[in-house]
Amino acid sequence: MASTAIKPTRMELNRLRARLKTAARGHKLLKDKRDELMRQFMLIVKQNKELRELVEIKLSNAQGALSVAAAIMSPEALEQALLYPNRRVEVGISYRNLMGVNVPEYDFRTQGDSSALPYGYAMTSGELDDAISNLTETFTDMLELARIEKTVQLLAIEIEKTRRRVNALEYVMIPELQTNIKYIRMKLEENERGNITRLMKVKDAILQEAHDYEG
Amino acid sequence: MSENYKIAVIGDKDSVTAFKVLGLSAFACEDAAEAKQLLRGLKRGDKGSYAVIYITEQLAAELPDEVAAFREIAVPALILIPSKGGSLGLGLDTLMAAAERAAGTKLF
Repeated sequence: MASTAIKPTRMELNRLRARLKTAARGHKLLKDKRDELMRQFMLIVKQNKELRELVEIKLSNAQGALSVAAAIMSPEALEQALLYPNRRVEVGISYRNLMGVNVPEYDFRTQGDSSALPYGYAMTSGELDDAISNLTETFTDMLELARIEKTVQLLAIEIEKTRRRVNALEYVMIPELQTNIKYIRMKLEENERGNITRLMKVKDAILQEAHDYEG
Repeated sequence: MSENYKIAVIGDKDSVTAFKVLGLSAFACEDAAEAKQLLRGLKRGDKGSYAVIYITEQLAAELPDEVAAFREIAVPALILIPSKGGSLGLGLDTLMAAAERAAGTKLF
């Protein structure tokens, strides 16, 4: 330990005691924070897993439908049909404070007519219409997935940080402070004992000198 | 804090063109190097501000560093999606890694 570097004085002892108090308090608070973060995380991570599985299935379906459409239509016609989108998605971001972590929330607005398809029906197959409506539906889930997944990532980082802090306090900082405090206390007590013995000796010497007292 | 953001989709041409119809910005990339440049550009905000970037697992698998760089920033969010070839399970792996990071042990 760093015992050799510290000065065994009362002032230092008081300083270390104050630090130990702060560290213990910080440790308790951070531990509570970690537990609550972990609770939130557990709630959301399960959701995330389910949503991801759902989105992956839906996307595969949509892409499967698109493959069918592509197989029926000529590639040029397909490309032409998809060339000019008639809507645009815009997203607004707001932040929610979740246990001191700022997590983004999205709200999206579609500009343009979201029900209309960007192509005429004459040149395209019905499968394409299905694939597109399929994909439109999936998109809402995809955005929700983005929100949840980002929240999970940010929470995970915060939890890791908090856990490290808790552990550093618990296993390094607090034990070190405690040993240092103990060291100073022992040293001070030793000094005190030395002082007492010295006083006793002086007292004896004085008494002996005063009236030849034998003690 | 509510200016307008866009959404990007990065992947091979077949996987992303359909997203264009939804009004997302679709970027077709044929190889990882191209996708890397694109991701860096999007991160810097060269092409406007994006809230979410979806990238196919196939491309993400070749760019682990770039993907990791997005993990700690709130905006834009980089989200893996399966490409036309089907899911590689990479998206779920990322989730599991985050869970492991938080809990210190494997969760599921």
